Amino acid sequence: MLQDLLQHIQDPIVWTGLAQVGAASVLAALVVLLSRQRGLKLETELSVAFVRGFVQIVAVGLVIGLLLAVPVAWSALILLGMTGGATWISRQRGAGLPGVTQVSFLSISAGAGLVIVTMTAAGAIEPTVRSLVPVGSLVIANAMKINGLALNRLKDELRDKRAEIEVGLALGGPPPAVLARHLRTSVQASLIPVVDSLKSLGWVWIPGVMAGMILGGENPVYAALYQFVIMAMIFAAGGLTSMLTSLLMGRRVITEAEQLRHIPASEGG
Amino acid sequence: MSAPPLLATRDLTRVLDGTVLVEGVSIEVRAEEVFVVFGPSGAGKTSLLRLLNRLDEPTRGTVWLDGTDYRDIEPRTLRRRVGWVPQAPTLIEGTVAANVAWGPTLRDEPVDDDRLHELLDRLGLSGFAQRDADRLSGGEAQRVAIARTLFNDPDLVLLDEPASSLDAAAADRVESLLQEVMADLSLTAVLVTHDAGRARRMGHRGVRLQNGRVAALGALDAVLQAS
Repeated sequence: MLQDLLQHIQDPIVWTGLAQVGAASVLAALVVLLSRQRGLKLETELSVAFVRGFVQIVAVGLVIGLLLAVPVAWSALILLGMTGGATWISRQRGAGLPGVTQVSFLSISAGAGLVIVTMTAAGAIEPTVRSLVPVGSLVIANAMKINGLALNRLKDELRDKRAEIEVGLALGGPPPAVLARHLRTSVQASLIPVVDSLKSLGWVWIPGVMAGMILGGENPVYAALYQFVIMAMIFAAGGLTSMLTSLLMGRRVITEAEQLRHIPASEGG
Repeated sequence: MSAPPLLATRDLTRVLDGTVLVEGVSIEVRAEEVFVVFGPSGAGKTSLLRLLNRLDEPTRGTVWLDGTDYRDIEPRTLRRRVGWVPQAPTLIEGTVAANVAWGPTLRDEPVDDDRLHELLDRLGLSGFAQRDADRLSGGEAQRVAIARTLFNDPDLVLLDEPASSLDAAAADRVESLLQEVMADLSLTAVLVTHDAGRARRMGHRGVRLQNGRVAALGALDAVLQAS
């Protein structure tokens, strides 16, 4: 594994890359000098951010270099770790909702997992670490964002519309029917960013994967098609995650006696 | 011989986060009477009412509905039988008719339009069925909330200060319409109020609460006397 990493580091392209970093650094240093000359007092912050960004991105490159050498079975473990991280981050958006950690983990695992497995089986993701980890992380990260938005909106709905929900329950309404409109609102709100991204795809912005593939010499039409596949995967995983979260959470916020649980302003799940 | 109680509580208690909201309340509500829950703000009146249709869970004690422990009744059946009119009407988006029919709609049951219109007529809301619920006055909205509860055909109605947020004229109108409807439909009600005059005009017997505990119980004169 270390030998592979050394090979990556000793590759002549790395020296070319370092020369390009040097050229870019000269331009960045110019900005720092201009900042000093004009008294903006930003030179320390700019310099630290610049060096820090360089160290972080090279570290990530080295880690990915290491990961490329591990057997493909490790991909599942790496993606599971990413799902754990995604759960930890998105649960904070729904702090105070009952069982928020468990629900987030189940929803992100099921939503992102189903999409990754299906698309790997369909051949859209190569069954290699090089392909599974970066594409899988894209899908998981977006499922995390959408899950966080769904939880956040659901929490607001349950707190702001508590009186309305209790009137529905007091009329003898079945909890799923009483909560339906509030769960729907949370799913709709969570999908707004990804729907807007799909609407603006290509004419407002050219996403990273497509740009990278074109820069790497790939056929632009294939790059566009693959970018659409990525967007569709993000949409599918996010939609499944959001719907599953609202379904599971809809059951947890109601007690056995069909009362709406108290939702505190903040508190871990 | 007095009629057996339609609803009775035994040692009903609710403690939330160490705060006693209701403690050891035992009352009996007879069929076709208006039982008043009287007391100052913070006495536990609304907390008691929310225990009667099990919107909140008692920490101790229980409620008997027509001789059955309400923990043995399915919650949605219980709440259909024990209707609730909250302090604020809390209407949903849509027409007055959609609001009145919200109970059966939630349960996916057919809506009897004739009965709906008859109920609106009784509550002085003739011709209101297709009006937007957002455009009603406070008094009209509260009457829609009452119609919504009565449309469920409950055995007993819990009225949580239904006129407290209204101006005097609207409150009087709601009160007189409620009295008429309850008499016409032979309804049993538990009425929460802090207004002694309203309690005397509408109620038959009652309980006075102080800090969540029973301070007086029985005939209205005795319940209201110390206020």
